[in-house]
Amino acid sequence: VGEFFSTCGFVQPSKECKSRLRGGSHLAGAANNVAPFQRDGAEGCPSCNFLVCVCARAPPSVTRVTSVLTHSSGELLLLGTEGGHVFIVEVPGFRDCRSTIHSDLQKPPYDYIGRRNLEHVEALQENPINSNQVAIGYGRGLMVIWDLNHRCAIRHIPATQQLESMWWTENGSCILSSHSDGSYCCWTLRTGDKKEEEEKSNIPYGHFPCKAINKIVQLPTAGGPPFLLFSGGMPRASYGDRHCITVIYSKTQVAFDFTSRIIDFFVIRDGPHHTEPSALVVLVEEELVVIDLQTEGWPVIQTPYLVPLHSSAITCSHHVSAIPLKLWERIIAAGVVQNTQYSKKLWPITGGQNLAPDPPQRDLLLTGHEDGTVRFWDASGVCLYPLYKLSTAAVFNADADLNDNMSQSAEGEWPPFRKVGCFDPYSDDPRLGIQKIHLCKYSGYLTVAGTAGQILMLELNDEAAEQTVEAKVVDLLQGQEGFRWKGHTQLDVREEPVLFPPGFQPFTVVQCQPPAVVTALNLHSEWKLVAFGTSHGFGVYDYLQKNTVLVKCTLNPSDQLAMEGPLSRVKSIKKSLRQSFRRIRRSRVSLRKHHISNTNKVIQEANARLEAELAEMELAPVQRKIEARSSDDSFTGLVRILCFADTFLSDSSHNTPSLWAGTNGGTVFAYILYIPPVEHRADEALTAQPAKEIQLMHRAPVVGIVVLDGHGAPLPEPLETAHDLARSPDLLGSHHVLVISEEQFKVFTLPKLSSKMKLKLTAVDGSRVRRVGVAWFGSSRTEDYGESGLVFLTNQGDVHVLSLPHIKMQIRYPCIRREDVSGIASCVFTKQGQGFYLMSPSEFERFSLSTRYLVEPRCLVEAPLPPVFSNQHQPKLEGASSALRYMLSPYFPFFLQEIQKSLEGDQT
Amino acid sequence: TVLKPKIPQKYTEPTTRINSFKFEAEYRRFGLKRNGFGGFQEFYHLLQNIHHIHDLLPINNDENFHKAVSSANPVLRIIITKKEGDSVVYTTNSLQRRRKGLGLTGLRPAGSGSIHSKNKSGLMIGPPQDFRQISSIIDVDILPESYRRVRLHKYGSKKPLGFYIRDGVSVRVTPQGVEKVPGVFISRLVRGGLAESTGLLAVNDEILEVNGIDLTGKSLDQVTDMMVANSHNLIVTVKPANQRNNVAPRGSKNSMGHSGSVGSGGSIGSALSHDSPSPASQSNPITASIAEGDSYEEDDDGDVILENDCLSPNKYYPVTNSNSSTLNRDSPHKGQHSVIPQSVSMPNSLGTSLSHSATMMSHHNGGSTHSVSSSQESMKEDGNVITL
Repeated sequence: VGEFFSTCGFVQPSKECKSRLRGGSHLAGAANNVAPFQRDGAEGCPSCNFLVCVCARAPPSVTRVTSVLTHSSGELLLLGTEGGHVFIVEVPGFRDCRSTIHSDLQKPPYDYIGRRNLEHVEALQENPINSNQVAIGYGRGLMVIWDLNHRCAIRHIPATQQLESMWWTENGSCILSSHSDGSYCCWTLRTGDKKEEEEKSNIPYGHFPCKAINKIVQLPTAGGPPFLLFSGGMPRASYGDRHCITVIYSKTQVAFDFTSRIIDFFVIRDGPHHTEPSALVVLVEEELVVIDLQTEGWPVIQTPYLVPLHSSAITCSHHVSAIPLKLWERIIAAGVVQNTQYSKKLWPITGGQNLAPDPPQRDLLLTGHEDGTVRFWDASGVCLYPLYKLSTAAVFNADADLNDNMSQSAEGEWPPFRKVGCFDPYSDDPRLGIQKIHLCKYSGYLTVAGTAGQILMLELNDEAAEQTVEAKVVDLLQGQEGFRWKGHTQLDVREEPVLFPPGFQPFTVVQCQPPAVVTALNLHSEWKLVAFGTSHGFGVYDYLQKNTVLVKCTLNPSDQLAMEGPLSRVKSIKKSLRQSFRRIRRSRVSLRKHHISNTNKVIQEANARLEAELAEMELAPVQRKIEARSSDDSFTGLVRILCFADTFLSDSSHNTPSLWAGTNGGTVFAYILYIPPVEHRADEALTAQPAKEIQLMHRAPVVGIVVLDGHGAPLPEPLETAHDLARSPDLLGSHHVLVISEEQFKVFTLPKLSSKMKLKLTAVDGSRVRRVGVAWFGSSRTEDYGESGLVFLTNQGDVHVLSLPHIKMQIRYPCIRREDVSGIASCVFTKQGQGFYLMSPSEFERFSLSTRYLVEPRCLVEAPLPPVFSNQHQPKLEGASSALRYMLSPYFPFFLQEIQKSLEGDQT
Repeated sequence: TVLKPKIPQKYTEPTTRINSFKFEAEYRRFGLKRNGFGGFQEFYHLLQNIHHIHDLLPINNDENFHKAVSSANPVLRIIITKKEGDSVVYTTNSLQRRRKGLGLTGLRPAGSGSIHSKNKSGLMIGPPQDFRQISSIIDVDILPESYRRVRLHKYGSKKPLGFYIRDGVSVRVTPQGVEKVPGVFISRLVRGGLAESTGLLAVNDEILEVNGIDLTGKSLDQVTDMMVANSHNLIVTVKPANQRNNVAPRGSKNSMGHSGSVGSGGSIGSALSHDSPSPASQSNPITASIAEGDSYEEDDDGDVILENDCLSPNKYYPVTNSNSSTLNRDSPHKGQHSVIPQSVSMPNSLGTSLSHSATMMSHHNGGSTHSVSSSQESMKEDGNVITL
């Protein structure tokens, strides 16, 4: 969860936050001041001065903390342990108050029989109207109300079911307890009477066995029935796998159904006295969901930050810098239309200030997802904000029913489920997955390509439109014989007109045959051409005339692996599925972990050790084959890079449009394109003529091709000069082409293609180029000076900058851990020397190599005000900021020893 | 067995220096009295004796022999090889194998016509047609005796390199005592592969350098990538697991501590002296590895560029057009013309190689650790570094 919170790089912390961390560690916090607390030997996370952290990985022992109560006085911390003891500790000094409540002091009532042990302390609650009273809930079910002043038990509440959680109602008159059998009870505390009365025991989703209610909360409203909220309690057999929070208010009952495990929830209250429940904040494993409890229908409030990037797994990303205002506004307008289902209410969590200056330009980050969607994120500042979501699934006849939105509960369905949250890891059809994206920011044309060889051309339209998408099948094999594609089939394009909402609307689909994943894509909006490549070849499509200009097969006829399709991919899906099931099982185990008896633990540990040893044995004999690359290797024909350039390919006096393609086998193909003059562009035929071919001797995959003009500067983007945003390229001096393979950089002259310079990378340091981009580095001192550089990321996770055109090493910086293969694969560079990569499936890390363009989180969280205590006789704290200092105070280890000692004494 | 004369060269010493090279595997240098060299038969027997060849040399006649001598003016280069059967050749005893790979082999006769050569009947005198160097031991003179630097020539060969590497633990002796450090080792040799057929590499040999670059701190994957990137001309420095075949730096005769070290049990001709090392092994110890690295730039410029008129996709063979093969074949000729006159005596030749190293060094310093070079420069280097 901690990781989750740093999604988008920026967290506006809330003042009120109470949650349970992944893996069972506790994170309790309130506006009160409580010192950070760290258990011995365990790694704690003293994040800020009003948080209490207890680490989850503490070794199982009687001293393991199982619950924490931060007392409202701000001076006491109550720690319940596995052994059933409650330690009362003074904070922030961590001095033991010598008032440990031992479980054997409790003397349970006589009729609470047959129970040798009260078990661990499951819950601790303070009486909201009398801070001297604390309720202690034991795992077995017994609840004890303890008077802190007199150090004695006032009452015993003999619940007989395994206790899950406890809630003391606002007016102090009732205690709600929730239990492992899916029931909750309300115990009324009558003053003067020694007997507690179980008012009602209720199994909300009853009849059949239910799962535990993990947490229960009841909140009064000013003029009406109270809100009752609880998590869990679903019928075990039919809905045991759902992650639900049920909200009951008056006659309304909704079971909010989340897509990932619930970690914790709390309710924000506003109104003049902060008593009216206004919003439910739920932290689930993959996202943060806030539900508006004051608006009819309880809609979700859109999250301004912490939006899950990985609602469907990210398969690719594309960054576009400096978006023209016009396009920006149109995209936002298209996005606004999509967000009608959200509550109008303002984001209820406040706190913290963003001090970062307004971003100098508008940047877009486009993420392609496994479910065929492309999400547009505002990447101008620190926080990624969703602007617009494009779905490509509507173009195709998918197997899954598209109208199955959010499983809207049918009338009378029980439990009354409502799906919330946008995290949805299940893809209907893996073929829809987006693999490559290219957006032209000047023309508003977008092309996206996917797993089943589909290339969609889309145009931004401000109005909804019903149109038929034209499909064009391109045979990349060019009649090669003996081919048997064993991969997935191609997608079925809908023949009837489809209604597309405002935004990017597809008008043409090119489908590669065989339908292998698209591995390279480029768009030239000035020439109105799109180039695409797969493991079998590449093609150029004219989207104005709607026909194919060029098809080239690069497949080596003996390359069986490329021929037969992505069998290994199928395997990996199976594997990942299996792993995810295992993960689910593991998380279930961890959920229940402190109920496991000691013998079980021993067995588990032994098993874990054995497993680790086995894993090591499997890994031990790693060996690597040393062999030169050859033309017979697999996937040599896979197209890695496609690039359009207006340069000198035939002779040194006439520049012509050209297409460059680089393959996995170290081959570069160059074609001269004939594009008719503008007035005949729509009717005259376009042609492509093969001009040059380079076979790199070392045969490493070609990952980048950059054409440099007479000044040695990279050629501008299409339409860039037309919009007066770039200097037009120098066409007088001689051009060069820089071919970047995984192993080396090589500059060739144009049009002769004689080798001019080269830089070896792999031969020298053993790293290989994974990602490459051209960036412009502006000087931080003067506005008008800057240099172009080549930025690349190696498989060792290092980012390097090379000068252009002389390809000299400028700087190397270790950026990503070399083990983080998916992080390295996900990296994208911006045109201004920044970059993004996925540090986890849900988080982008942003880095900058440029001194001028730097985006950094600058924010401020004001420390909470000094607390006002109800019991004034106690000394006040010095101030919130002092809390962290106490972490290092000499009392701290002393306190830990104290606990240890008192327990050892207890045991002997 | 083939004997062939090479480009001749002036030389003045009382004895004729003869370098003889058998099967690309056994290298002998010996002297021959200038005025008492005798006839062909005598020389033939001498060679037979030196190389332990008793029945392999085909009978040749005086006429042929004298013709060879007359056409090869001052230097007669003798290369002895088998006519057929390449791979078998290298499976002989490793002591002999240590002698090969010095690249330049030459017989330098004295003055006028006192030169001997042999050739097999029916074979032309000239560069061998069915002959290709596949491996060599280099820099014997500058490496510690427990190390071995092996060059595997991959170009033009259909044979796979054929070996596997693995992670392992290497024991190093440091001033602090014995230390265990991670290392990379050869884990497997593929039968019939280049690595196995040289006999110079063995399972469990520790790999210390790849093309002159130290592997300390590099992961197995990095080392793999480096080797693959250098696969066309791979030079690995290994610490052989079997240290028994090491070449002891014995100060034998006038070897000056250099590659006289090659002298070991193999040579019988006691009257013949072990001679100065070949220029290949004379390179300055400090710059040797760098010089090598650079001299191998050549092989990468073998990119094939097809113009549109000859564009017929999927039908090119880089070997035919690669600079490397032609350059390697040509370089001895060029090199000897221009540089060998200096290398007749030790000090001179050392100076030459030093100056080469110097140019390469400065050139190398131009870039950072990553050497940037232009193809023209590397072309020049190819010409200069005679024997590589």
